[in-house]
Amino acid sequence: MATTAEPVSVNLSNDEIMRYSRHLIIPEVGIEGQRKLKAARVLMIGAGGLGAPVALYLAAAGVGTLGVVDYDTVDFTNLQRQVIHGTGDVGRLKLESARNTITEINPNVKVVGYAEKLTSENALQIFKDYDLVVDGTDNFPTRYLVNDACVLTGIPNVYASIFRFEGQASVLALPDGPCYRCWYPEPPPPGLVPSCAEGGVLGVLPGIMGTLQAMETIKLILGIGQPLKNRVMLFDALQMKFRELKLRKNPDCPVCGTHPTIKHLIDYQEFCGMRAVEEAQPVPEIAGMKQITALELKDEIDAGKPLVIVDVREPNEYQICRIPNSILIPLGELPKRAHELSPEQDIVVHCKMGGRSAQALDYLQKSGFKKVRNLEGGILAWSDEVDPSVPKY
Amino acid sequence: MAVKVYIPTPLRPYTDRKDAVEVSGSDVGEVLQQLVSSHPQLKSHLFTAEGKLRSFVNVYLNDEDIRYTGAEKTPVKPSDTLSIVPSIAGGSPASACCCSRC
Ligand SMILES: [Zn+2]
Repeated sequence: MATTAEPVSVNLSNDEIMRYSRHLIIPEVGIEGQRKLKAARVLMIGAGGLGAPVALYLAAAGVGTLGVVDYDTVDFTNLQRQVIHGTGDVGRLKLESARNTITEINPNVKVVGYAEKLTSENALQIFKDYDLVVDGTDNFPTRYLVNDACVLTGIPNVYASIFRFEGQASVLALPDGPCYRCWYPEPPPPGLVPSCAEGGVLGVLPGIMGTLQAMETIKLILGIGQPLKNRVMLFDALQMKFRELKLRKNPDCPVCGTHPTIKHLIDYQEFCGMRAVEEAQPVPEIAGMKQITALELKDEIDAGKPLVIVDVREPNEYQICRIPNSILIPLGELPKRAHELSPEQDIVVHCKMGGRSAQALDYLQKSGFKKVRNLEGGILAWSDEVDPSVPKY
Repeated sequence: MAVKVYIPTPLRPYTDRKDAVEVSGSDVGEVLQQLVSSHPQLKSHLFTAEGKLRSFVNVYLNDEDIRYTGAEKTPVKPSDTLSIVPSIAGGSPASACCCSRC
């Protein structure tokens, strides 16, 4: 790490001295600290919700080199929280949009872009050019990949993750410090990860957790204060409470323990049980499931066929958009409300994209409902194929 | 004697949206058993079919990971708080979803 007291050869121009004057007059930073920031090379995994504030603040603070790994493009649903991108950036690579914003904030920052997916094949090669990694990933395979690559290369991992109103942050893979696997040896199986009905994140939350990451990154570069090591910070926005928990290095950790069994990067999709999910049928396989397309449903409605359309999404989703004359029975309420339906009726179940409604169909069929069909592609397909005035979310 | 158990956001659908519940028991194991018997839907999220605490669910007694204090045999006092801390990942359906199409 370029964070120790080794002499830093970079120099600051007069313009930079002016720009960073509020840093330079802090004794803990000063010219020497500002030079360390300029010499520092920080790799950000993801330019999304967490990566946005990290990039904005590290750029403004004068971190000399910012690597950004992100192959995704900006879409409208990102703008509620990914404040480094604007409306005009929709459709662009996040990496390019982030590069523009960073350069606008501070043209002294060198942005190195990697418009590719971080994989076991490229991770070590990319990591070797950096002093620190900031993990802003939103999925478990990449989380474990980043962790293991940090441990194997000895690069600290400034970590955060978020869910709805809650966040976690820690500095992992420091010398003698714990890693993510010490804390969570295994990822949850895909089936137990919250579904999209339970997902979502309040846009300010990644702002708070990302700025914590930016602060820890700058402290590590400057070598000041106490890093968030051997502890994890939990944040609950609704209670407005920070809680600190102890985090210990596990001597039996498979990657950073005393007898590691993981000595090179593995297949993280498989490790996280994702392989089977990806290759499975797009809709959970359900015996005897009958599907109906949005256009066929429209034709049957127009022909006056008696149908009961059951929307199994959550009430907040029903408020966003609905298919005319559908009735709302959220999937979780179906067992106690199935009596509202008659087994002899022609029923079409739907959700957002067809996954939850397939579960609903399975339940109804097993409960003796004979004429149930699943709307293929859910209400999104209805919006695409039948009624574009139905908003998508 | 009752201790306060903090419920994380992803598990609140199974505790009537409550963020904390009071549960009695003399050690961590008893408290967790009591918790899942009053909120049965939590059971499969916290325990494997064999009844073992799942490896991606960490349980803290106050600020200490119970794996380092005697696991489920760790005794509890009335002033203690127990926190369930699952691993979390983002809020985007594409990455954190149970099925590829919901
Ligand atoms: Zn470890």
